[in-house]
Amino acid sequence: MIIELGHFALILALMMAVVQAVLPLWGAQRGNAVLMAVAAPAAVAQFALVAFAFGALTWAFVTSDFSVALVVGNSHTLKPMLYKISGTWGNHEGSLLLWALILALFGASAAWFGAGLPERLRARVIAVQGLIGVAFLAFLLFTSNPFLRMAVPPMDGRDLNPLLQDPGLAFHPPFLYLGYVGLSMSFSFAIAALIEGRIDAAWARWVRPWTLAAWVFLTIGIALGSWWAYYELGWGGFWFWDPVENASFMPWLLSAALLHSAIVVEKRESLKSWTILLAILAFGFSLIGTFIVRSGVITSVHSFANDPERGVFILAILAFFTGGGLLLYAFRASAMEARGVFGLVSRESALVANNILLAVAAFVVFVGTLWPLFAELLLGRVMSVGEPFFNAAFTPFFVALAVILPLGAMLAWKRGDPGRVSAQLAPAALAALAAAVLSVAVVQGQGMAALAVLLPAGAVLALAWRRFPARLRSHLPLIVLAIGVVGFLFAIQTGRSALGPMGVLIGSWVVFGALTDLWSRTGRGADRLGRLMRLPRADWGKAVAHAGVGVVIFAVAAMLAWKTEVITVVDRGEFFDLGPYRVQLAEVREERGPNYFSTMAEMVVTRGGAHVVTLYPEKRVYPVQAMPTTEAAIDYGALRDLYLVIGDPQEGGGWAVRAYIEPFANWLWAGCLMMAFGGLISLSDRRYRIAAGARKAAPARGVPAE
Amino acid sequence: MRALALCLSLILATPALAVQPDEMLADPGLEARARMISREIRCPVCQGESIDDSNAQISRDLRLIIRERLVAGDTNQEVIDFVVDRYGEFVLFNPRATGWNWVLWLAGPAMLVVAGGGVFLALRRRSAAPEDRLSAEDEARLRELLKD
Repeated sequence: MIIELGHFALILALMMAVVQAVLPLWGAQRGNAVLMAVAAPAAVAQFALVAFAFGALTWAFVTSDFSVALVVGNSHTLKPMLYKISGTWGNHEGSLLLWALILALFGASAAWFGAGLPERLRARVIAVQGLIGVAFLAFLLFTSNPFLRMAVPPMDGRDLNPLLQDPGLAFHPPFLYLGYVGLSMSFSFAIAALIEGRIDAAWARWVRPWTLAAWVFLTIGIALGSWWAYYELGWGGFWFWDPVENASFMPWLLSAALLHSAIVVEKRESLKSWTILLAILAFGFSLIGTFIVRSGVITSVHSFANDPERGVFILAILAFFTGGGLLLYAFRASAMEARGVFGLVSRESALVANNILLAVAAFVVFVGTLWPLFAELLLGRVMSVGEPFFNAAFTPFFVALAVILPLGAMLAWKRGDPGRVSAQLAPAALAALAAAVLSVAVVQGQGMAALAVLLPAGAVLALAWRRFPARLRSHLPLIVLAIGVVGFLFAIQTGRSALGPMGVLIGSWVVFGALTDLWSRTGRGADRLGRLMRLPRADWGKAVAHAGVGVVIFAVAAMLAWKTEVITVVDRGEFFDLGPYRVQLAEVREERGPNYFSTMAEMVVTRGGAHVVTLYPEKRVYPVQAMPTTEAAIDYGALRDLYLVIGDPQEGGGWAVRAYIEPFANWLWAGCLMMAFGGLISLSDRRYRIAAGARKAAPARGVPAE
Repeated sequence: MRALALCLSLILATPALAVQPDEMLADPGLEARARMISREIRCPVCQGESIDDSNAQISRDLRLIIRERLVAGDTNQEVIDFVVDRYGEFVLFNPRATGWNWVLWLAGPAMLVVAGGGVFLALRRRSAAPEDRLSAEDEARLRELLKD
């Protein structure tokens, strides 16, 4: 019965979405306040209905209702409760229902938090949101109905893909979808602005938090997916340039560009039409991502729930919204008049450069992802585009972005003084260079000696700094960075020996640059520390997020350059060496989990005779899906992860084992978290909170008597 | 229970996990080259995995072939050509810059040149345009005022 109610609620939600899309749009056009007032309650009602449908489906999974076809296909009574719940969205139909739920949630949020918006804009935004809802609810009901019943319910289900039965992946899709669908808000605002024919700083002030929130969710979602790949797939890789990963990466790049260009609209009323275009493209790429994942048009490691026939429907949705948005843009963009003028060297120009580089990087990923499809359809060439291509074609743009980031972030609005900014950043550049030299020395085992040279040299430099000619001071960063860029490109093209130090150089340049930026905001004179703490949260958010980018760059380079790998055969009781560690295979035994069988090894890691950790890597077999998985055992550390995998028994006795030292692996996730956290700090900035507070307080109470 | 697990593992013939110890060459230099090559070769039957990561039998065969060729004295390029001749361009993760593939390789740089160049020209034109400049009269008047 609950299933039928859920089904019914979903149909009602579609009806409600039609109302939400049509009436307010018409009302806004006619200036009819009554019709416009339909928008908010319709959006809330649609959300409530979809939420009920989603609840009903979750209920079916939780109670293992095997009269529902979807539950049979993706669940099993023995499965742990967490995965029964996450099984709701671990399949095509359920994940689309989650999509629709989040979409409705964002529409309802515009109704809840949008009271301060101009009435017409708000009605149009909610209506466009409703229109997207119509498309996806229709897609659900007509091609991917999650509520279909079985004529003859079986005794038990066919279980969820074991790779998906994992805490990291349980929450990966919801975050990713919050990001994907969050971009629909920017899209709706862009479309509403195009219909209206004008945008201003207030518009950007509304769009930016939504974009920022979507970007934060995307960052977390991508990081979770990457982390999952790292510990679950069993060889310590964290990014594969797989089409499904690329599908989430492209909207991430574009939303990063969008949230930067929206700053220019907000502060300087410039780059308006470009920002609108980015908003349309960012959501367009979310839809492309959904298309790639859901249609299975490009087969890939991750497409567990693909179905080519449904692809056509998503393609139609994609064509309608992206095509329609771009068409509207072509007709109306000229109405967006830029007001702020800016010089060739200014914060605005730097943000334009940021946008170009991010957009080009997204374009490279796009072309690389779709090229095999294109080549097969039009050129008759069956080919692959994989990691080596993306490493070579994508990296230069991101390196360039990282190089200009600290410089651009400190330039003044309107007309910047490059010499002054460069001189301010000279210490950061020198510190980055020192870090790179230190990293080379540490790898050579000369870390202490290098410190003994670098520290006094740094002290002398700091003391003599003011005496250096101004010109030299302002050119220093450029010289250091030129070395870095050339070295990095050299490292990418040839061997990997220079990759590590260059990653240190560029990563720490970005981190130190962010710190310099933050410090420079405190002005001069006494109490700089106090002022540092009182800086607006937007400044802190910017610094933390930018530093996160630097940390990620460093960690990626470190993991690629300094990974230690051992593949060998050991028998019970035998040892092998892994870098400075010694690993003993103490025991191998058979274990039994709730819904799997496990071969579990006990491996004792020592260093110089002292016990470090005992790890238990497993090989599991999930009988229902007849699928083996490896469960690596990882000792997480601040500077390195120890990563152990147990393989098969060998014919000559003993077991195959793989062991890795993954340097700075945790820094990668920490860097991603810093980016997301920076976004959150920025979201909590005063100017957004004040706007929110004023809205709530004003109509309810009068001015409190004091 | 253990018997059941054993049965299952026999039925399923659990695939070997990527590179196996028994495949590896004794010469660390050759082995490193083999690993480098096998990371660039796609497993023909899997979904987007390199033969270095793949568990499939054919990937193991390919890994062994690569090592055979290396031991026989082939260069890296010769080994890759050898594999491509037999399995087609599909197995190359690093698409060759030939024919239409130039479009793939040059798409990014071309886009950067077009976008960067366009923006540069537009900005230069815009910033060269008079920006809130005072007219000649106003400027004269300003000078007058400042004299006082």
